[in-house]
Amino acid sequence: MDAENMESVDSGPMLSLRDLRVSYGDREILHGINFDVMPGETLVILGGSGSGKSTLLRTLVGLEKPSSGEIWIKGKDIAKISHDEMDEIRKRMGMSFQGSALFGSMTVGENVALPLREHTKLEDSTIEIMLRLKLEQVGLAGFEYYMPSQLSGGMMKRAAVARAMAMDPEILFFDEPSAGLDPIIAAGIDQLILEMKKAFRMTIIVVTHELASAFLIADRMVLIDKGNVVLIGTKEEMRASKQPRVRQFLDRIAEPEVARELDYLQMLTEDRRSLGVPGGKRGT
Amino acid sequence: MELGSQIGGGVLNGLAYLGSLTSLAGRAAYFAFVAPFRGKPLRVQRVVSQALEVGVRALPILSLITFFIGLILALQAAYELRKFGAMDLVATAVAVSMTRELGPLITAIVVIGRSGSAFAAEIGTMKVTEEIDALETMAISPIQFLVTPKFLAMIVMLPCLTIWANSMGILGGASFGVAQADFTWARYIRTSVESLFLRDLVTGLIKSVMFGITITAVGCLEGLNTGAGAEQVGKSTTRAVVMSIFMVVVVDLIFTVLFFVVGG
Repeated sequence: MDAENMESVDSGPMLSLRDLRVSYGDREILHGINFDVMPGETLVILGGSGSGKSTLLRTLVGLEKPSSGEIWIKGKDIAKISHDEMDEIRKRMGMSFQGSALFGSMTVGENVALPLREHTKLEDSTIEIMLRLKLEQVGLAGFEYYMPSQLSGGMMKRAAVARAMAMDPEILFFDEPSAGLDPIIAAGIDQLILEMKKAFRMTIIVVTHELASAFLIADRMVLIDKGNVVLIGTKEEMRASKQPRVRQFLDRIAEPEVARELDYLQMLTEDRRSLGVPGGKRGT
Repeated sequence: MELGSQIGGGVLNGLAYLGSLTSLAGRAAYFAFVAPFRGKPLRVQRVVSQALEVGVRALPILSLITFFIGLILALQAAYELRKFGAMDLVATAVAVSMTRELGPLITAIVVIGRSGSAFAAEIGTMKVTEEIDALETMAISPIQFLVTPKFLAMIVMLPCLTIWANSMGILGGASFGVAQADFTWARYIRTSVESLFLRDLVTGLIKSVMFGITITAVGCLEGLNTGAGAEQVGKSTTRAVVMSIFMVVVVDLIFTVLFFVVGG
């Protein structure tokens, strides 16, 4: 990974967060997030439900405005730039949404071609070739005339990745790439992310709570809990960490309050075996 | 005290809603009329397909409804006019009330039912499934992409539909006139046309353009304001219809008063 960083012309980080705070109304969701993402790196943002990881991702792509702090992408603080400047940066980003967010009224091909049609002056025939190429890259060759509703969950995800890749972005964001997919299809999406990373050396930022997937694709990981960064580090650093919150997350231990309730239930059934059994999914 | 603050709150909310409607309509108009000259081309194809949906596909049901309305108007007018032996005036009564008022209004209500609700449902569903967010992350303005084509289609198609509705209404009146009031088709139509002044037609058409803007703004705003969850789409669709009907009547009142004052 470091060798790749050396190759890039600009050796600074692709994305830097400085004391990023985001609030919904009076409620602060993110309490001062700091980290850097290097070019070509795959960073996985881990966190439980309600940890603020999705809000963090939405803020990075400009869907939420931070209440304070800085987000530096390609030398610009996107917390302060104008809408037009943000749009210019967005053309260099791709985002794959949790529910795919394909446009239901358009075919798969039209979905993938949309950014090209809107932002470039390419001929239709060129766009046609490019969209075939993108669909081939995600393993959906020949599906351009299908409607999204005719695709399975995994295929929709792939189509969404193809659309996110349409403008050859420098940063690719994934929101819960394996959500709602069976383990085999989810593994296929992980494989696809790894292939993208290898083939295009893109900077990839993935938000997930799937540990197996996270340990497979990540170069580095950030664990977010209750709006704070608990730990940022490599897979090994994450695994070796003794921090209680990290251990709890990686070993899949229920919250104490929840555990007490379970205790009561288990007294009733006199089955204590499943109480607090560790054995979280560990990455390979 | 309690009542006073409730009324105050209601008025503030109402004004805020009007503000959002105006802002949305303004941005849609910007992308329709200004942005194309600043290098953000208008997607004509999207406008045409919306115009087909909003306009052409509404013709059968609109024709039927306005034909009946014309017939009803003629019957109601004849009920009074018969007492004075002035059945000749049925044609005039129908023509004037259709063109000045009922043509634009009935057209607007049919379009609210067909298209205003569809706008809210379409955009609301896209909001729930993150498609609106997806547009934003692709640097495509949802207003430019979704609202502007609807906006243009509406302000072009609503006056066209209104003219059609006026004609069908007059035809409905004529069917009564011919059957019951000793008119011939030709004489009924001629009497209708002669009774109309250009300003009757123009005021009706101005209203219809304003209705078009109102329906688009309300339908799209309700869609964009849809909360999370599928049931919210249903709620915003309902709200879009109710709000549109109310706003159209308010706009109608304002313009009717305005035309009355300036003697239109």
